[in-house]
Amino acid sequence: MAKTVRRVSTRAGKRSRMQEAHDSFVFARYLFMMVIIAAIIILTGVIITLGPLDISVADAYRALIDRFYPGYFEVEPLTSRVVWNIRFPRIVGGILAGLGLGVCGCVMQAVLKNPLASPFTLGISSGAQFGISIAAVLGISILGGPYLLVGNAFLFALLCSCFIIGLAAIKGATSETLILAGIAVNYFFTAMSQLFKYFADDEQLRLMTSWGMGDLSAFSWSKIPLILVVFGVCIPLLMLKAWDLNIMTSGDETAKSIGVNAEHVRVHVMLVSSLVVATVVCFTGTIGFIGLVAPHMARMILGGDHRFLIPASGILGAVVLVAADGVAMNVIAPTVIPTGIMTSVIGVPFFMYLMLKGRRREFWA
Amino acid sequence: MMIQLQAKGIEFGYNSSMILKDISFEIGPSRLVTIVGPNGSGKSTLIKCIDRILSPKSGSILIDRKDVTKMDRMEIAKNLSYVPQSSARTFSSNVFDTVLMGRRPHIGWLSSSDDEEKVWEVLRLLGIEDLAMSGFGELSGGQQQKVLIARALVQETKVMLLDEPTSNLDIWHQLDVMNIVSDLVRKRRMTALIALHDLNLASKYSHGIIMMKKGKIMAAGDPASVLTPENIEAIYNVEVAVRSQSEAPFIVPVKQIKMNGNHHNHNGKFFSNGKRRCGLPRSLSEIKEIRLS
Repeated sequence: MAKTVRRVSTRAGKRSRMQEAHDSFVFARYLFMMVIIAAIIILTGVIITLGPLDISVADAYRALIDRFYPGYFEVEPLTSRVVWNIRFPRIVGGILAGLGLGVCGCVMQAVLKNPLASPFTLGISSGAQFGISIAAVLGISILGGPYLLVGNAFLFALLCSCFIIGLAAIKGATSETLILAGIAVNYFFTAMSQLFKYFADDEQLRLMTSWGMGDLSAFSWSKIPLILVVFGVCIPLLMLKAWDLNIMTSGDETAKSIGVNAEHVRVHVMLVSSLVVATVVCFTGTIGFIGLVAPHMARMILGGDHRFLIPASGILGAVVLVAADGVAMNVIAPTVIPTGIMTSVIGVPFFMYLMLKGRRREFWA
Repeated sequence: MMIQLQAKGIEFGYNSSMILKDISFEIGPSRLVTIVGPNGSGKSTLIKCIDRILSPKSGSILIDRKDVTKMDRMEIAKNLSYVPQSSARTFSSNVFDTVLMGRRPHIGWLSSSDDEEKVWEVLRLLGIEDLAMSGFGELSGGQQQKVLIARALVQETKVMLLDEPTSNLDIWHQLDVMNIVSDLVRKRRMTALIALHDLNLASKYSHGIIMMKKGKIMAAGDPASVLTPENIEAIYNVEVAVRSQSEAPFIVPVKQIKMNGNHHNHNGKFFSNGKRRCGLPRSLSEIKEIRLS
């Protein structure tokens, strides 16, 4: 039988011990969100300082603020140029890529009801890799010039998603079928990419391999507005479905009985998140770890409410990616290790620690 | 007599195989009605068709004379709540958040303090307030069932559908869950339609019983008229003795009757060895209009 719950009188009315515990939990959720936002701001300042030119953390922030309020601080022109034109765009790119992959991993896991779902496991990244292979080896792309590789990566990432979404929309496929289809697509495009690698010359091979390892060097100020527009439209559309995603983790039957049209939500979320993923991977290459693990980290700390989980997954994704990129660039400078490699090297031990020692061992039911 | 829930000629099937055939009944307000029948008789399918989780091929479902088939999903959720047999969750959330999901038909993106207070009220009502911060997956089967009932309750519907809510529970929790539902029916004037395997639980708690076999209603009415040895033998192939305990029939299994072709190929009539074994199902036309008001 349930124990008697102690009540505590307050001016606002009687709050039970459990209600107070719940209030504390909600407060802790907001606090955690503030902490990870603060973490990304601090991390930005710290990582800007890493590099051949000595810049202090304070100078880094001054240089950034100076861009928005010119003349407010005295900043050396060289420092300002290095911070604004070289180091900060890469960090912003890392934040956006981590945000996009984290958010998309989170919503994909929810609609597919599978903790293994991520842009990588669904074959979207391998589709993009195949697009890169075609552009690199055959020189065929939907776009030319500097967007030769990016254009193809975007197209094939979207094609891959459309195939999986088409299955859901037309055949009413279950989440299990979609995961299997994603894995099959992953194998297919990986095999096709390998085939191209087999016939590629050294330069083409280097291009394909470096893209496959994941890298943030493609980000520059000219590309960031495009990503911001896509994110500005897509991420609010995903956030609007936060309640429905909470319910869909209980299964389609329960979702329907509570008023959620599970099939429509699944197609909507997959479509929107695919656009985000395609936009990210076409610039960064394959960074497989973030989309899978950032949502799990957030879930272990925040519980299952997607109103908190979606933004937290995105911000945690950004924190991990930016931190990993900072280490990748500086650990054996001047050699820059590909970001995708360092993300897994740093992130996996941290994730294993959380999984084994975390408070919420039972976060996968 | 007021009718709370009415089903008219519901038919459902996959491709050519029909699972529900011409199901019709009426249930009044503040009634607890159970659907009984052997495995595969269509009990759960009927519950899911009523809640439009499955779409019937034909027929209509009316709640307070409003046609459920013409409502959108959110409107259905405001009128009908559903308690699944179990809730296998991919990702666990705490009990409070799980119950709060039931407010979805009534709220937008943000839940108000009013919605949260309703959740606390229901948790208190079911005696599970102290579990509010526990993970759903950490709970026992009985506690999980109460949480699922709580989630359905915060939907604030007049009709609650429950799909075998006692099937995974020990006898204490079976009685606990049935007492909760019975109290809700009595005190909140709700109508509950429950798919149930246990005939004695159905007998003890129901105002009316619908007995199904192979997607058809074979008998319906008050427990004493439906739970007869003849009906049970014809439907379940089990010989039973029925004793009367405080007016509710109490069923004691006596002997399992071997299934043979005759029992399963009755074409609407119950014959065994060429002889009519019991009065059921009378004729199907006789039981098309079933009132459990």
